Amino acid sequence: MKVDWPRNDYSRVPFHLHHDPEVYELEMERIFRGPTWNYLCLEAELPKPHDFRTTWVGDTPVIVSRDKQGKLHAFVNRCSHRGAMIVRELKGNAERLVCLYHRWCYSNAGELTGLPFRQGLKGEGGMPKDFDMRAVGPTKLKVESLNGVIFGTFSDQTEPLDQYLGEFGTGMVKRFFHKPVKVLGYSRQRIAGNWKLYAENLRDTYHASLLHEFFVTYGVDRATQKGGVKMDERHRHNMNHAYAASDSQEDALAAYADTAARLDRMRLRDSKLLQFKNEYADGMNLAAPVFFPNALLIQINNTIGTRQIRPKGVDEHEVFQTLFCYEDDDEAMVRHRLISANLVGPAGFVSMEDGEAIEVVQKATRSGQHTHAVIEMGGRGAVKDETHRVTESPIRGFWSYWAELMGVEAPNGIR
Amino acid sequence: MSPWYDLMAEYGMALDEDRLEDWVELFAEDCDYRVVTRENVEQELPNVLIWCDNKNMLRDRVESYRQVNLYNPHYDRHVIGPLRKLGENAFEASYSLFQTDLEGVSRLFSVGRYRVEVTGKQIKTMLVIADTGAIPSLLATPI
Repeated sequence: MKVDWPRNDYSRVPFHLHHDPEVYELEMERIFRGPTWNYLCLEAELPKPHDFRTTWVGDTPVIVSRDKQGKLHAFVNRCSHRGAMIVRELKGNAERLVCLYHRWCYSNAGELTGLPFRQGLKGEGGMPKDFDMRAVGPTKLKVESLNGVIFGTFSDQTEPLDQYLGEFGTGMVKRFFHKPVKVLGYSRQRIAGNWKLYAENLRDTYHASLLHEFFVTYGVDRATQKGGVKMDERHRHNMNHAYAASDSQEDALAAYADTAARLDRMRLRDSKLLQFKNEYADGMNLAAPVFFPNALLIQINNTIGTRQIRPKGVDEHEVFQTLFCYEDDDEAMVRHRLISANLVGPAGFVSMEDGEAIEVVQKATRSGQHTHAVIEMGGRGAVKDETHRVTESPIRGFWSYWAELMGVEAPNGIR
Repeated sequence: MSPWYDLMAEYGMALDEDRLEDWVELFAEDCDYRVVTRENVEQELPNVLIWCDNKNMLRDRVESYRQVNLYNPHYDRHVIGPLRKLGENAFEASYSLFQTDLEGVSRLFSVGRYRVEVTGKQIKTMLVIADTGAIPSLLATPI
């Protein structure tokens, strides 16, 4: 595969990368099954021995499981025998995971432990005597948990998780998961667009207050607030963040005069879904750290959760969102978080538009695959952290790392 | 049962004819409108896609759709099945919701059921339990 980058700072991104099935297959191999840590699920979702849960790494189905001793394991959800999905449920608790097709049995650690008629019947048939069950088990992932957030990797080459996430990444995981959490539930959004359009969207602080006018109109988040973008050294992860009530109405009115004249006159009749009860030392009301390649932690006011990108072919992906609360939340706080959930998810006041924006990009670029996106907001050249949010340079950081893993870096490409 | 049929006929038609403000008027002031998915219900998880715990929150949502939010331009078509009585003031019904885009292409958007509690001629609680948990594109106009 070859990519013709018009510029070495990834400020031009060819549209065919969102449409080419060959690119997609290579991404599954070199990115999702490559040297990256992928978000799998939360420990809170499998608290007991023998609990298991199914998830996805790229488009590979994966089982995450806890053994008798409580140790976490993850392995490919594909029977070693003829390739059937071993577990078809979303979750469960079992000592032995049994494939439905020929009843091959697996332990919680993903080891093949038995198969029917192995010795044959009355001396006839059966498996060869030297058949080695250990040699054919499903592929295992290396698993690490950071404050109860479970990540997995297929590659032996992947650096340790804390190095991979970097200082700000591990710091953010510890911030969101500073005490035990309880899952409130899930939402799924099927978007007819390439998964990288969502990955770009999460690194694009420029769009937030423009596409999601709710943010601005009701003052949840505006580019005039204090905030910025932070990245790891390799610019593969990113965090868009903002501080509550850190701008003035006058500044906001001046900045958004063209785009949102209604800023000053619209008020919610019931504004409780905008209430922010500060619960973090840093005072941020919006924090959205994104971890390459598939994860986002999301805080908008008091709604908190994780999102996982699940590619479903070159032109579709699912955004799987898990909302949680803290174990010591009282009933009123849980209710407040659920009311705040009106802001996020497929029907969220400040998130629904992403589905539409991505789909219209996918539609319009199909016939423009020889052309490219123009990514210059925030400047060209080197990618760096900013203390403002009028930038989309983290998108260039994403592409730079994507190109490195795919083996298609631009000549003298920035990193 | 007949007033309930009339209520649900208007419920579907108001949404399908883009009369969202009329749809709001079908609810009592102290209503509760919630869209949840079957995946969460079966796991006894309280997560919501939409939760308006009074009529003002419904008014806010509709106003936001009209003035603030951007979503896929489409027509809705609700097909609501027979009502099953659950109690003196309560019933449930299955629904199918199709979406048609501006070029006339239709797709199944959501199937599921309504659990409804009425007060007088108005809706007191409307719990939408969507089997279709994987929301295609996005969920804006109400189910």
